Amino acid sequence: MYLPDTAARKRATLVFLAPSLIGVVGFCLLPILASAVFSFMDYDLLMPMNTMKYVGFSNFTRILTGGEFPKVLLHTLTYLGLYLPLILITSVGQALILNQSFRGHGIFRTVCYTPVITSWVAAAVVWQWVLSGKYGLLNQLLAVVGITGPAWLNSKEWAMPGIVLAAVWKDTGYYALMVLAALKSIDPGCYEAAAIDGATGLKKLTKITLPLISPTLFLLVVINVIYGLQVFDSVLIMTGGGPGGATTVFLERIYKYAFKQYKMGLASAYSWILFALIMIFTAVQFRLQRKWVNYDA
Amino acid sequence: MRESVLPRRILKGSLFYLMLLLIVLFTILPFVWMLSSSFKGSEAIRTIPIRWIPERPTLEGYERVFNMQGFSFARASLNSLLLSVACTLVAVGSASMAAFVFAKLPFRGSNRLFGLYLATMMIPGTVTMVPNYIILRMLGLLDTYTGLILPSLANAFGVFLMRQSMMSVNDAYMESAYLDGASLYVIFFRIMLPMVLPTLSTMVLLSFMGSWNSYLWPLIVLTSTDKQTLQVVLGNMNGMYKNNEHVLMAGAVLTILPILVVYLISQRYVDQGISLGGLK
Repeated sequence: MYLPDTAARKRATLVFLAPSLIGVVGFCLLPILASAVFSFMDYDLLMPMNTMKYVGFSNFTRILTGGEFPKVLLHTLTYLGLYLPLILITSVGQALILNQSFRGHGIFRTVCYTPVITSWVAAAVVWQWVLSGKYGLLNQLLAVVGITGPAWLNSKEWAMPGIVLAAVWKDTGYYALMVLAALKSIDPGCYEAAAIDGATGLKKLTKITLPLISPTLFLLVVINVIYGLQVFDSVLIMTGGGPGGATTVFLERIYKYAFKQYKMGLASAYSWILFALIMIFTAVQFRLQRKWVNYDA
Repeated sequence: MRESVLPRRILKGSLFYLMLLLIVLFTILPFVWMLSSSFKGSEAIRTIPIRWIPERPTLEGYERVFNMQGFSFARASLNSLLLSVACTLVAVGSASMAAFVFAKLPFRGSNRLFGLYLATMMIPGTVTMVPNYIILRMLGLLDTYTGLILPSLANAFGVFLMRQSMMSVNDAYMESAYLDGASLYVIFFRIMLPMVLPTLSTMVLLSFMGSWNSYLWPLIVLTSTDKQTLQVVLGNMNGMYKNNEHVLMAGAVLTILPILVVYLISQRYVDQGISLGGLK
């Protein structure tokens, strides 16, 4: 826009920018710096600030060499390993249905999105009851078909799958709409050409639809790995890291170190390790994408 | 020909509706289960087989939610409402003001500054959570509403969205208003904001829903029970009512209901947000 560079304009620019700038500097940039500094400090929040002392890399070595880290990593990877394939299947499936026209389409869409707008706290409280060992909904339904369900959240092996189930329930509607947007952008001509060549339903799905939406699927995997490494609300409420530490994950550890034990230095170091992991995972995926993501469409 | 195609089509059609039914059941049954349990008495919640319609429907669960020892559910609902409105105003306000500068009032280095904004989006909230808490503590803002709201000022994603939308507004509108003597503030409020109203509405909604549902930040900042939000109180109830699921389910219903109503009224804008590359 052409406007003369007057003092009034300078003043207005400052006024418009100030709130956001204060926020970004004060609650984003400064904290990042502070967190980097804290991660090299021994800082107990209950002690006065001047007792804080520099301890070099000892926070990092303590975390990385301790017996807890491999377990936390394993639990988080278990979560991701179960969650990722499931969410991909359910969201693509739901999107394929949403892409058809049928009676009740609008209602179906709304129903699918309801878990997404539900808070994690409410979802976790409900799913805890759904997954309850004897009287829970899921095990009762399983009993109808003759399966004795596990104790889910009270069992070391089944607690994480239980959390994953709740997460898939909650997130599918959101990612399905992302996939749907990709499906809508596919040129119908591709299917017509395939039909002339005699392609059947399954062939169309695996040879046309999936390759053409692979950029969106890639995005979905990248986002979900980033979010999945930071899984928290569900774990804290459904299991609190239990039973017997079987579902401890990164953010839950950071939360406990910082706000239950007040070891701010250790918690900061932990969050940087998590950040590094996020970067590594994302970088690896960008390298691997050449093998399966198709940008030619 | 007809004989061979028709059964296949029916098969395909029924497969489609079977999938549809499975998805609907998976999505909706936990909600129905929650609703049904919330109207049962403490003995009636544990039954085999499942009883979907309560034999003797009771409001006991809801009554107990509103008469908790040490917590006030009504107060928490009010807190959540006011805080969500405040956080939304702050987040959307600061973002659209900054976006106006980035879109229409460039200055030396403004592009680089915008790049810095985008870069902050890559840092997960996990990293900034601990130092933000310490900063609030140093400012003496722990356990205050101001402390909870302040970090909403930093909203790089909102700035990004609003800037995109404002860039597409034709400069001529603003130039002619300027020639007519309107100040930049008038231009912002009377011309710019009305012209990006769809994006603005989307942002307001996503922001409101995000604040209403947020858990971790209110959990660590607000410690007095009379200041806590609905989500935090529901989370606390979870530990206290382990064997009284009907009370918990009543609490869950009351937590979900307001946001569900908001969503149903304004679905259009929420859907738009997803296509904008939306928020969770």
